[in-house]
Amino acid sequence: MSALLEFDRLRVEIPTPVGPRPLLRSVSLSVAAGEAVGLVGESGSGKSMTARSVLGMLPGGSVATGAVRFRGVDIGGLDPAGLRRLRSRDVAMVFQDPRASVNPVRTVGDFLTEVLRERGMSRAAAREKAGGILADIGVDRLAHRLKQRPYELSGGMLQRVVIAAALAGEPALILADEPTTALDVTTQEEVVAILDEQRRQRGTALLFISHDLELATAVCDRIAVMYAGEIVEILPAARLHEDARHPYTKALLKARPGSVPPGERLQTVPGVPQSAIDAPAGCVFADRCPVVEPLCRDTIPVLTAGVACHLEVS
Amino acid sequence: MILEVTDLRKVFGSHVAVDGVSFGVGSGGSLAIVGESGSGKTTCARIVAGLERATAGTIRLGDLTDKSDRKSRARMVQMVFQDPYQSLDRRQTVASCLDEVLKFHGRDERPRRTKELLDLVGLDQRHAKALPKQLSGGQRQRVAIARALAPEPRLLILDEAVAALDVSIQAQVLNLLADARKATGVGYLFITHDLSVVRHVCDDVIVMHRGKIVEAGPVEKVLTSPEADYTRKLVGSIPRPGWVPTRA
Amino acid sequence: MTLALATPLRLPARRLASFGWATTIAGVICLLVALTALLAPWIAPHDPTAVDPLNAYAPFSAAHPLGTDDLGRDLLSRLIAGSRTSLAGPLVVIVLSGATGTAIAVAAAWIGGWFDAAVSRVLDILFAFPGLVLAITVTAVFGAGFLAPVVALSLAYVPIIARVMRAAALRERSLPYVEALRVQGFSGWHICRRHLLPNLAPLLVVQAAISFGYAMIDLASISFLGLGLQPPAADWGLMIANGQPSILAGFPQQSIAAAVAVVITVVAFTVVAERMASR
Ligand SMILES: Nc1ncnc2c1ncn2[C@@H]1O[C@H](COP(=O)(O)OP(=O)(O)O)[C@@H](O)[C@H]1O
Ligand SMILES: Nc1ncnc2c1ncn2[C@@H]1O[C@H](COP(=O)(O)OP(=O)(O)O)[C@@H](O)[C@H]1O
Ligand SMILES: [Mg+2]
Ligand SMILES: [Mg+2]
Repeated sequence: MSALLEFDRLRVEIPTPVGPRPLLRSVSLSVAAGEAVGLVGESGSGKSMTARSVLGMLPGGSVATGAVRFRGVDIGGLDPAGLRRLRSRDVAMVFQDPRASVNPVRTVGDFLTEVLRERGMSRAAAREKAGGILADIGVDRLAHRLKQRPYELSGGMLQRVVIAAALAGEPALILADEPTTALDVTTQEEVVAILDEQRRQRGTALLFISHDLELATAVCDRIAVMYAGEIVEILPAARLHEDARHPYTKALLKARPGSVPPGERLQTVPGVPQSAIDAPAGCVFADRCPVVEPLCRDTIPVLTAGVACHLEVS
Repeated sequence: MILEVTDLRKVFGSHVAVDGVSFGVGSGGSLAIVGESGSGKTTCARIVAGLERATAGTIRLGDLTDKSDRKSRARMVQMVFQDPYQSLDRRQTVASCLDEVLKFHGRDERPRRTKELLDLVGLDQRHAKALPKQLSGGQRQRVAIARALAPEPRLLILDEAVAALDVSIQAQVLNLLADARKATGVGYLFITHDLSVVRHVCDDVIVMHRGKIVEAGPVEKVLTSPEADYTRKLVGSIPRPGWVPTRA
Repeated sequence: MTLALATPLRLPARRLASFGWATTIAGVICLLVALTALLAPWIAPHDPTAVDPLNAYAPFSAAHPLGTDDLGRDLLSRLIAGSRTSLAGPLVVIVLSGATGTAIAVAAAWIGGWFDAAVSRVLDILFAFPGLVLAITVTAVFGAGFLAPVVALSLAYVPIIARVMRAAALRERSLPYVEALRVQGFSGWHICRRHLLPNLAPLLVVQAAISFGYAMIDLASISFLGLGLQPPAADWGLMIANGQPSILAGFPQQSIAAAVAVVITVVAFTVVAERMASR
């Protein structure tokens, strides 16, 4: 299987007054063409940073080592023109807050046709195509919608427009960073249904970021669990509940209110979610792990056979 | 009943936010209000907490009357807000925040009570001296809960109080709420959009849609065999094992 | 006028404030000026009011580092003595206007409704009225001296402070922690005194420090017009004015020395204030 997107021990550091500190410690993950991979984990674990690294959008002054390869080409080696081409043709991104990612004064039509026009498509043809995609995703009153401005749309409708715009460029990969976190659950269902259906039809690969394990499981083929700047476990979505092996994955699954009968105590993990910056020297989860052993505290476990845990690889 | 709300109505300008809503919470009971954003949940909560005036309708809170003062009201009902980052005074340490409330309500042995409250919410003496900015979101929310429990209210309103928390922290706070209910007999009015949380902590639930109650009843019944169309849609849209999202 | 005079000062001050060393130097100057004012009677080398006609317009010398004025009074001593009233005036102005402005602002933000609307309207009207003109008018009616211009100017500064503080108080009031305190049963008075005001204090300090420079220039202008302190008092504004005939006589030291003292002090205070504001 040749990967469409591949993170190869990606490490990102930012300079601080006390020397360089990691934002990502070591991210290794691959996404095949047409595959959907879910990236889950708690806030600060580095999910957004991982997605942004694909588009070369890391914080100023940060230093990346390792590699992010798209179709085998290291993104770190791209010149600005190459990066622009990557962003406009190959990879599209959908953010959590649609209002912040859409120019508030342009019409929906302008926003949707922007990418197509830039590629030299005529205005009429671009409108035609944008209208077609909106129709595909179940948006009604097309002529009217194309003339509306973002503030006239609900959050759910706006996120559909953003997804339509992402699809319009016919990218090979969509990066969706918590695309439904700001929406109501009923709207969330519709929006992820659309995303799922359209990317399957088009054979688009998807990196789906979420803090909701069940949601990611529903739309992805594989799930990658992230903690403190590292991927600690990767496994098929269908087997998440049965086959989770990493103590952190297990803890996450058991912490959800639905995991025990009502009234029973939830299993908790002591401490708070950490970022790569404050993770311990060995295994990132060592400080909070219920089954930690001395080895875990000073030796970094390598991700092998889908799990990065000393106690699982024996 | 510690809370009985009858035909509550709230109008903002020409917009009807809450339209003829009735519900009640028994002593030590736990009622959830669920519904999409803008359905009027927060407005109901704020009216019960005394932060907003109802346009019409009656609210009976225990033995409070129209003449009861702020203090007795505060001992009847308390509230925890959604945003853990702004619901504490940024200049006040945890201990002084709790002490201020205990002093106001005339409690004795305040240092001991402060420690008890911190224990109850799983914080220790180190946290007592901390300022809000030195605490994580989950820790701040626990301080807010401790502060709300300090006057020993009979009803605690939680408005999306666990929504902003990470799953592992949310679990800690949900356990803490269960402990507090057992220890003090406080009743909960629990506002949330997360139905798995409702199933975990609440006995009864009302479902609001556009300012009206579309369904009410025991959690188990409403969530397993929903009757109203909106409730069915809501229950069906919760991600769970084996769930396939569909579009309407 | 306040704004016309002070705005050009503000811009370079903002730029200077971005350098750490400028702030440090400005801070040291502020400290020195304040110490000078405090210790004036003990550090002035001569009696600032001692007239010595035979020694008029003396050049720089060891005995008179800045020379003497038309009446033979030691200029350095007069400058040092003048720092007292020149600093005390603006200090009283910012304390009075800061206290009044903040009280009005917090009351308006807390009570809200028609009260807030009325207060805002009155503040808008006062704001449109040039402060210096108001001060000059009041002084003309109540007579020159220290108190009248200072009180009048304080009044003129109230709307400036109140506007900024009202916006901040409204923002603070809408935070959930204030609502939590209300649910706790605390009175508005308690919440304002114990929570709103302490949280607004840093902003008030910055506002006061910025206004200090403006007030100093305004008061110097009033003295210059002869409406402030009267001779033989040593006051920087007055010294600038009284030095005028000497300039014609070819001895500009008095006006220049006093003017430089005003400018350095104002710039130093403004730089420090801007630095505080940008944090
Ligand atoms: N621009 C930035 N500069 C420095 N640190 C950052 C920046 N953006 C994010 N971080 C830090 O990087 C870590 C990972 O952040 P992020 O990828 O946003 O996490 P997630 O999306 O999983 O919540 C966090 O600790 C965050 O504080
Ligand atoms: N202070 C207010 N002024 C005007 N409209 C308001 C105000 N507070 C709430 N609303 C409106 O009332 C409706 C219900 O809001 P809210 O009770 O916050 O809903 P929920 O908590 O269920 O999301 C919304 O349409 C909201 O815009
Ligand atoms: Mg993120
Ligand atoms: Mg709400």
